[in-house]
Amino acid sequence: MSMNSHHVDPPERLPVVAFEDRMATVEFRVGQRAHIVVDSDVCRSCTTQACVTACPANLFAPTSDGGILFNYEQCFECGTCYMVCNSQGALTWSYPDGGHGVVFRKG
Amino acid sequence: MPENVHDAKVWDVVVVGAGPAGSAAALALARAGCSVLLLERGPFPGSKNVYGGVVYARVLDEILPQWWLDVPVQRWVTRRSTMIMTGHQALTVDIRAQNWGKAPFNGMTTYRPDFDAWLAGKAVDAGAVLITSTVATGLIRDGRGRVCGVRTDRPGGDLRARVVIACDGVNSFLAKEAGLLPAADAGHHTLGVKEVWSLPPEVIEERYALGRREGLDIEMLGCTRGIPGGGFLYTGHDTVTVGVVVSVEALAKAKVRPEELIADLRAHPAIAPGLRGADLKEYAAHLIPEGGYRTMPKLATDGLLIAGDAAGMCLAAGLWLEGVNFAIGSGLAAGAATAKAVRAGDFSAAALASYRTSMQANFVLSDHKRMKDAPKLVLNERLHAQYTSLICDMAEAIFTVVNPEPKPRMTALLRRTVKDHGVRWRDLAKDAALGGRIFR
Repeated sequence: MSMNSHHVDPPERLPVVAFEDRMATVEFRVGQRAHIVVDSDVCRSCTTQACVTACPANLFAPTSDGGILFNYEQCFECGTCYMVCNSQGALTWSYPDGGHGVVFRKG
Repeated sequence: MPENVHDAKVWDVVVVGAGPAGSAAALALARAGCSVLLLERGPFPGSKNVYGGVVYARVLDEILPQWWLDVPVQRWVTRRSTMIMTGHQALTVDIRAQNWGKAPFNGMTTYRPDFDAWLAGKAVDAGAVLITSTVATGLIRDGRGRVCGVRTDRPGGDLRARVVIACDGVNSFLAKEAGLLPAADAGHHTLGVKEVWSLPPEVIEERYALGRREGLDIEMLGCTRGIPGGGFLYTGHDTVTVGVVVSVEALAKAKVRPEELIADLRAHPAIAPGLRGADLKEYAAHLIPEGGYRTMPKLATDGLLIAGDAAGMCLAAGLWLEGVNFAIGSGLAAGAATAKAVRAGDFSAAALASYRTSMQANFVLSDHKRMKDAPKLVLNERLHAQYTSLICDMAEAIFTVVNPEPKPRMTALLRRTVKDHGVRWRDLAKDAALGGRIFR
C-alpha cells in the first residue's frame, strides 16, 4: 500500500441480510395448533398497530382492510406483541405445545 | 412421560422451567432429599432461552465446587469494554484483567442450551426428575385456595406437589395466574435481539486482541437511535454475537424494527471491521424484566414461590448487566426455603418466607435494592438522546488539535458542548446526582 495515500477507505459495504435469510437461521418445530390467535376485527379499530414493527420475527402484516394477518409458525415466543398490544382481546397468547416452537441453539 | 410421574403421586416439589433458576432450585431440593420434578416446555433445557451473553457463576461456588472444571464455556471474559457512541464516534473504556481468565474466574460466554442443559444435568445427577417437552398450563389449587400442583399439556397430566416453584421465565403465566405479575407491562420490559456470526477462532483472537479461550464483552450506549437501551457484542469460541436491548414501550412508539437496530450496529465504524467476512448463524429475540427492585412482585403465596426472570430478578443497571447469576441465586434460595417447609410440613406463604429473607441477606436482593433507581437512569430519554453524543463530542473536541488556535479551556469546551446539545444544566446536575446516588 502506498504510504502517501491521503484518503481513508470508503465505508465498509456490509452484507445486507434479507429477512427471510435471517429467519432461515432459526430452528422451528412447528406445532399443529396456532399458539397465538389474532382477532383481526379488533385490530381494525387499533390506531397504533405497534405489533407490526415491534415483533422481532415480523409476523404481523397489516391487511388492506385495516386488519392484521398473523402467522404463528416462526414465532420466537418472546411476548413483545402482547406487551405492546393496546386493543383488549385482540391477542390470545399461549405457549406452543410442549416440544414445539422455537429451538434456540446459540441463545 | 414416565408412568410414575403423575397419577396419585404427590411430589414434594414441582419446579416449572429448567432454566438456571429452576435447575438451581431442583438441585438444592434434591440435595436436601426432597422428591423433585423439573418441568421444561422446550425439547431440552435452554432451547427457549436467550441472554446478553455473559454468565457470572461464582454463585455456584458452594453448591458445585470447582464448577469451572466441566462447565460448557465458550470463552472466559478477560476484556470488558463500555462504549459510548454516536453514528460516527465511539468513546471506549476498556479493562483487561488476566485474573478473570483463571480460577475462580469472573464472567464467561456460553450458549444457553449448553449452560442450562449442564445445570439441569447437575439437578438430575442429584436425584431430580427432568421432564422436557411439557408445558405447565395452569395452577391447581386445593379447597382453601392453596397451590398444590400444576396442569400440563399432557393427557392426564395433572401434577400434584406440596410446593410449586415457578421459574417459567419473563412471561411467567403461572405468576400472572397467581396474581403476582400484571398481565402485560411494556414499561418495565426490554426486548433483546441478537445475531450470532461465525468466524474462525484465530481471526476472533486477532481482531479482538485476545489469547486462546479469552473473551471480550462490549456494552454500548448511544447506538439505538435514541430509543432507551443499549448494544452488546461478545465473543464465543468461533462466533461473535452482536445485538441490542431496547425499551419495549419506546420501541413500539418509535416504529422501528428491532433488526434494523442490529444492522445499524453492525455497520458502525467501531464494530463493522470486527465482523468482516462473518456468516450469520442465528437470529434470536427475548424479553428482559427491567423494572428492578421497585416493581419486583410478591415472591410467595401459599404453596407457590417464583424465582428468576418470573420474579423480575435481573440487573440491567448500565455498569452491571447480570441475570443468570440472580436466577441461580434465587433458585438456590427458593430450593432451600422449600426444603425447610417440606421438613416442617407447612407450605403456607409464612412458612416459605425464609426465601425472601435469605435473599435479603445475600447479593440477590441486596444488589437489586441498591440499584433500585437504576431503571430510571438507564431508561432516561436524555441519556440516550443527548448525553451520549455530548460525551462523544466533548471527547472529540479535547483531542482535536485546532492550530493555529490555542487549545480551548476544558470548562469553556464543556459549556459550549452542553449548549450545542441543548442540555439544561439543571437536568444534567439532576441526572448526575441520580447516577452518583445509584453507583455510590
